Amino acid sequence: MNVMAPFEGIGASVKRKEDFRFLSGRGQYTDDINRPGQLHAAILRSPHAHARINGIDLAAAKAMPGVAAIYTSDDLKAIGGLPCGWQIHNKDGSPMAEPKHPVLAEGKVRHVGDPVAVVIADTKQRARDAAEAIAVDYEVLPAAATMTQAQAPGAPAVHDDVPSNLCYDWHIGDKAAVDAAFARAAHRVVFETTNNRLVPNAMEPRSAIGDYDPTTGEHTLYTTSQNPHVIRLLMGAFVLQLPEAKLRVVAPDVGGGFGSKIYHYAEEAIVTWAAHKLHRPVKWTADRTEAFMSDAHGRDHISRAELALDAEGRFLALRVHTQANMGAYLSTFAPCVPTYLYATLLAGVYTTPAIYAEVKAVFTNTVPVDAYRGAGRPEATYLLERLVDVAAQQTGFDRVELRRKNFIPTDAFPYQTPVALQYDSGNYFATLDQALEASGWAGFEARRAEAKARGRLRGIGVSTYLEACGIAPSAVVGSLGARAGLYEVGTIRVHPTGSVTVLTGAHSHGQGHETTFAQLVADKLGVPIANVDVVHGDTAKVPFGMGTYGSRSLAVGGSAMDKAMDKIIAKGKKIAAHLMEASVEDIEFERGVFRVAGTDKQKALAEISLAAYVPHNYPIEELEPGLEETAFYDPKNFTYPGGCHIAEVEIEPETGKVSLVNFTAVDDVGRVINPMIVEGQVQGGVAQGVGQALLEQCVYDADGQLMSGSMMDYTMPRADDLAPVSVATHTTLCTHNPLGVKGCGEVGAIGSPPAVMNAVVDALKDYGVTHIEMPATPPKIWSIIHGKAA
Amino acid sequence: MYDFAYHKPSSVADAVKMLAADPDAKAISGGHTLLPALKHRLNRPTALVDLSGIAEMRGISRAGNAIRIGALTRHVEVETSAEVASAIPTLAYLAKHIGDTQVRNRGTIGGSVSNNDPAADYPAAVLGLGATLHTSKRRIAADEFFLGMFTTALEADEILVAVEFPIPEKAGYAKMRNPASRYVMTGAFVSKGPMGVRVAVNGAGPCVFRQSAMEAALSANWSPEAVAGIRQSADGLNSDIHGSAEYRAHLVTVMAKRAVAAAG
Repeated sequence: MNVMAPFEGIGASVKRKEDFRFLSGRGQYTDDINRPGQLHAAILRSPHAHARINGIDLAAAKAMPGVAAIYTSDDLKAIGGLPCGWQIHNKDGSPMAEPKHPVLAEGKVRHVGDPVAVVIADTKQRARDAAEAIAVDYEVLPAAATMTQAQAPGAPAVHDDVPSNLCYDWHIGDKAAVDAAFARAAHRVVFETTNNRLVPNAMEPRSAIGDYDPTTGEHTLYTTSQNPHVIRLLMGAFVLQLPEAKLRVVAPDVGGGFGSKIYHYAEEAIVTWAAHKLHRPVKWTADRTEAFMSDAHGRDHISRAELALDAEGRFLALRVHTQANMGAYLSTFAPCVPTYLYATLLAGVYTTPAIYAEVKAVFTNTVPVDAYRGAGRPEATYLLERLVDVAAQQTGFDRVELRRKNFIPTDAFPYQTPVALQYDSGNYFATLDQALEASGWAGFEARRAEAKARGRLRGIGVSTYLEACGIAPSAVVGSLGARAGLYEVGTIRVHPTGSVTVLTGAHSHGQGHETTFAQLVADKLGVPIANVDVVHGDTAKVPFGMGTYGSRSLAVGGSAMDKAMDKIIAKGKKIAAHLMEASVEDIEFERGVFRVAGTDKQKALAEISLAAYVPHNYPIEELEPGLEETAFYDPKNFTYPGGCHIAEVEIEPETGKVSLVNFTAVDDVGRVINPMIVEGQVQGGVAQGVGQALLEQCVYDADGQLMSGSMMDYTMPRADDLAPVSVATHTTLCTHNPLGVKGCGEVGAIGSPPAVMNAVVDALKDYGVTHIEMPATPPKIWSIIHGKAA
Repeated sequence: MYDFAYHKPSSVADAVKMLAADPDAKAISGGHTLLPALKHRLNRPTALVDLSGIAEMRGISRAGNAIRIGALTRHVEVETSAEVASAIPTLAYLAKHIGDTQVRNRGTIGGSVSNNDPAADYPAAVLGLGATLHTSKRRIAADEFFLGMFTTALEADEILVAVEFPIPEKAGYAKMRNPASRYVMTGAFVSKGPMGVRVAVNGAGPCVFRQSAMEAALSANWSPEAVAGIRQSADGLNSDIHGSAEYRAHLVTVMAKRAVAAAG
């Protein structure tokens, strides 16, 4: 009997290899690691949004039991500030304001949670006890808690050397062409909105352990990072001045990141530095309260958008003015989020011929803001997709037909937008039609009527979105201000008996890379996924890498692996040719088998690898032994996933509560490796998008106190806040990477908020509503229905 | 969490002695309010007096026209009790909708009532049914028990031992949850029975309170319509990032209406 092995290659919904470890509680997270002789760090954080530090009295704290050391910025004079990885230039060509981001506050605190001192003690409790005994003499200063406050005349300066609080004033696009188009437009639509500030809230709080081996001089940092090599580069080169060879960064299992674990944080430098100083390992783990006040936040834009249309509804021009909150300091990638990850996306899926956007980035006395799932692209998509609905409402065009009328034609790819990007592929008509069909769009009015009979207001909303991910071509981003390359690295190590270890610079913190990447190997090399081990997250093991964010792991990291496998196959063919006494040109390879074309002669990959490692009969004059190849892959372009999301909601008029009742996503993420994982990624992203639309709101009061500083007040989406999320894909292949993949990690969070909000506005259309700000909370909706203050 | 001493008495008398001997000691039952407060270092008791070993504070029993529930009874036990289900099904419903499974498996009725969190569920039932609170030294009527936010008539060395609920003819409970914490944003517990017609409102104000205008209306006409037109004043109600006092005042009417509808 010939039993076929189950197909595990590209397109198979293979169950996730890593889940047994995670679901049985045997993941190894940073806080699970304990080093011999380990001490514990507690960070004393500012209770004030803005204050001058007139003195710090450590005497009482130093006398507390178990205290090994207490450090303030006075002890860190020899080390650098936290670097920013992206430089934006102002309209006039001058560089952005880049005030110092000290590891511990120097002279001033600038947000609630700003680290002031670190206590290192033999237990976490004792470290905290001593931290509470530190007496800081604060002179409280007026705070610039919001962008409006920060830009008011006479506003307090967050940084004394940036009196305007303006980080940069940047623009993109052709202003004159936009002005001209507006002058001849039949319709001009104006839309103003705030993109609500979010707290990422990965399930695992951040944690870091510094370790130092005096016998080798090697520093090791275990950290909750999405990109250990980037942390090694930033911390080693800019903060602690440690050579790469003496600094190992390990990011073991990481429980969610969503962007918040990209950045180099002060605590990483503190524990690494302190471990060296004390010759003892030092661990720090955030509790949830610290996470709220120290993890980089997301979004927080105030925007005004204007759309010009001709009489037939064709978009003529788009003008956007955005203020983006940077928080108190520039987090690692903060400056690029509201510029090159935002304004370049304002064409969306439309042929708008002229676009002009200006963005002002503002310092405030709040936690730094940086990339959060989608990063700039959700803000652009929300602005544009709400604007299109507002335009439809104002001009009388059907909202679906208005979109269709302005879609980039399917035969127009590659398509150059007026805001820098060139889209390689897409079919927005197909994803729209498929989503309309799957959501039962045509039958909606009957559902609205049925809901009305039950006393509910039902609405439906659509968003047709696009994103740029697979970040990114190094030369392009370099010219735009990135201070690093954004290629990826993959090593394929075929062992003597044919099993495979993959070393990747991408990092999995929930995405299922150990499965997806193994499937790439199974598909190309014919190795069962059980025999493929994926190694990531350790700079001592993986040659290099830029990490995981911007939906880049497969498009960039997977492509690097694919290139490395090409090299394996090329070398394997030479070995096979030698063993089978054939010419290399006659060797064919398919899924693990080398054949001499036109004959029945063949060798399995394992036979070739054995010959490579036991080179008794081997072309040793021409070929080195061994079968291991590394590829650095630098993408030629971004990838452009897109699609259509349709949300259906019901509102209970008595309470204003909005319930999501149905959600349909049809996404073009390029070639799908594991449909089950893609479905999960989209559903997770949609959950976060629904969270932004209906629930989540980071609130600071006028004094800069964080009002939503815990789960008691910050509304994370729960299972019962969601509805069935139907996920389907329509594939057009990426034309410039070898796998044809585009990326699926962020589409859910990008496409869904405007779909949900368009549905909420649609549900309330009888109330004369044109716009509702996110999140659409019950009191907000109630106040609209009842004409009351929320 | 700061260090503290830990005591586990096996009788009410011993527990009271321990609390009386140390004014900074705190009684702990299910710990679902106190433990998070300790972990956040918001509370610094010298000692915890763990009541969980006191057998006389456990159990659900029917005594005549009342259901007596020991203070240590966990929410899940009230939720699944046949006695409660047959006598006061609304009480089982309320218990079933406290927090989540983990909370219901730990939290106790005595802890909830003694803590008197304005956003807790049980105080609404206690006041809305006109229960009697049995303590280590006396009996207290519900109307005399809840004094203000996190404040009750219990003295420092006094422990709630049991709650005795008169069995009503009808009762109903409805609430809107705070979307973040899932505590009560505004709730209403209504009943008609030996203690008269009662409407207790929780979540909306700093302390559970009776809504006398609604009670009068329901006494005349027990129907959802009877309360639908009665407006709660927003004066003194809670206002925060989740909703204004005016919104909560509006919800009082909505929840009262729903509670009456649920009571039938």
